[in-house]
Amino acid sequence: MQQWSASAARTGVPNLVARLRGGDRVAYLVASAAGVCVLVLTGLLAWQLVAHSALSRQTFGWAFLFTQTWDPVADQYGAAAFIYGTLVTSGIALLVAVPLGVGVSIFLSELAPPKLSSGCGLLLELLAAVPSVIYGLVGIAVLVPLMRTWIQPALRTVTSGFPLFSGPAFGVGYLTAGLVLAVMITPYIVSVGREVLLAVPREQRDASLALGSTRWESVWRVVVPHARPGLLGAIFLALGRALGETMAVTMVIGNRPEIAASLFAPGYSMAAVIANEFPEAGGGVYLSALVEVGLVLFGLTMAINAVARLLIVVSTRQGSPA
Amino acid sequence: MTHRSIRRRAVNVVMLGLTAVATAASVAVLFFLLGYLIYQGGSSLNWAFFTQLPKPMGEAGGGMANAIMGSGKLLLIAACTGLPVGFLAGLYLSEFASRPVAAVVRYAADLLNGVPSIVIGIFAYTLIVLRAKHFSALAGGLALGLMMIPIMTRATEEFLRAVPRALREASLALGASRVVTIARVVVPAASRGILTAAMLGLARVAGETAPLLFTALNNRFWSSGFDQPVASLPVMIYTYALSPYEDWQRQAWAAGLVLLTLVLVANIAARLLLGRRRLTSG
Repeated sequence: MQQWSASAARTGVPNLVARLRGGDRVAYLVASAAGVCVLVLTGLLAWQLVAHSALSRQTFGWAFLFTQTWDPVADQYGAAAFIYGTLVTSGIALLVAVPLGVGVSIFLSELAPPKLSSGCGLLLELLAAVPSVIYGLVGIAVLVPLMRTWIQPALRTVTSGFPLFSGPAFGVGYLTAGLVLAVMITPYIVSVGREVLLAVPREQRDASLALGSTRWESVWRVVVPHARPGLLGAIFLALGRALGETMAVTMVIGNRPEIAASLFAPGYSMAAVIANEFPEAGGGVYLSALVEVGLVLFGLTMAINAVARLLIVVSTRQGSPA
Repeated sequence: MTHRSIRRRAVNVVMLGLTAVATAASVAVLFFLLGYLIYQGGSSLNWAFFTQLPKPMGEAGGGMANAIMGSGKLLLIAACTGLPVGFLAGLYLSEFASRPVAAVVRYAADLLNGVPSIVIGIFAYTLIVLRAKHFSALAGGLALGLMMIPIMTRATEEFLRAVPRALREASLALGASRVVTIARVVVPAASRGILTAAMLGLARVAGETAPLLFTALNNRFWSSGFDQPVASLPVMIYTYALSPYEDWQRQAWAAGLVLLTLVLVANIAARLLLGRRRLTSG
């Protein structure tokens, strides 16, 4: 007992130590319970989506994914228009955000002095923290009128008759939603992209510069290829965000459940239809169909995220020789 | 200088210049958002905004006091549920779990982190709202709490792992039990990082709208207790922004300004806190 009291005095918990020895088990149990809780919640989430979409899955089968009738009055549901909207807006977002995000990552990791780099990095992290409803708010007030009066008419004139850029300019629609998403996911690409570029060994750059390549050639032909899996991971992570993004898209996509050839046309996305119609659905097949839309969205983002994590793990291992 | 080398130099300058332009443009977005919200919302911010209830449609004036209270209430529930569970799960991962088990739990946390917030809303709806048969602050708060769990878990684990092994061994060698070692040595050493993560997590869910749309719903009045629908700033912004009334839209801007300021201040404070820790630990 001598030892005990000595250690008790040092840790400052007199007479509690002996009792806390037994506390090791309690602590283990409490912490494990929390760990199990994470597992159970994740499992339960997936299960709830599967269980509550059963009615819709039985009624419509796989056709749910390929038909675009969405008729709450006749109780006929198909999610094709929403899946299309989600994929198209995310695709537009990637087309814009990938060059932008990779460019910023290159600037921050290769060119900017450390202070500027960390300063800009901080600002971009703040940008990533801006709530999506704020993007929606500013999107409605600034981007939608801008698209309607300037960008869409200009695009239509320039491309003259190209089906993707035709039809009346509403302002709201796939293109606008895609652009808002692009702004939102760029910081995500940068935050991971900068890290993986910085993880490329210095010698690679030095060797290529010593062979006489310009700074850009060294970046583009040596550093970026070396970091490619990690950059891809960053892009997939951003794609996962874009697919599930709700509020900003709901506010600017136009909310019309039809597939249109033109990117100017108003559309709908999976997250947006859930946000708009879930509170009114009440129950029955309608609610079940909406949950199934959620299930599809869940499955899609899970798959994308899994690929992203794998790529990032691969590239960070490659980056550090240990 | 050959023609080819001139071309290579030109490409070099142009492409590197473009990366600088891209950076300037992305950073400018943040200042534009903040500036535009101040421009639109600043004039509608007044004492009434923070103290009064919303006025009926078409009537001028009123405020969002109930939404500010509601957001506070939802965050309280989220903090009381998400923070402890996330913290303990992180503790489990870093101090107790065996490798394969840790990998599974970590993967589950990452999955949960990637779940779209609207799907979290569906989950809370089917689990709580359907059973209770009514919308409630509790359902909304728990949805937000669930979103905090993976953020907290991964951050706690990361900061606990960063505590040097020697500290743990020293404490154990002095005869302290594992619990004492964890509670008095390991966690205090990582406390600043963990607090930062908690703040960032709260700031993130504070701006979430999607999981609240059909769990906490909305409320034009004060809500008492945790069993009624409750208003929140993000949902108010959403409904007011899409409304046809000019006065509501003005209030949406004011609410947006308040929300953005809160989120940015929390983020900057958290990073300052963490930055100092990095300095002191060398």
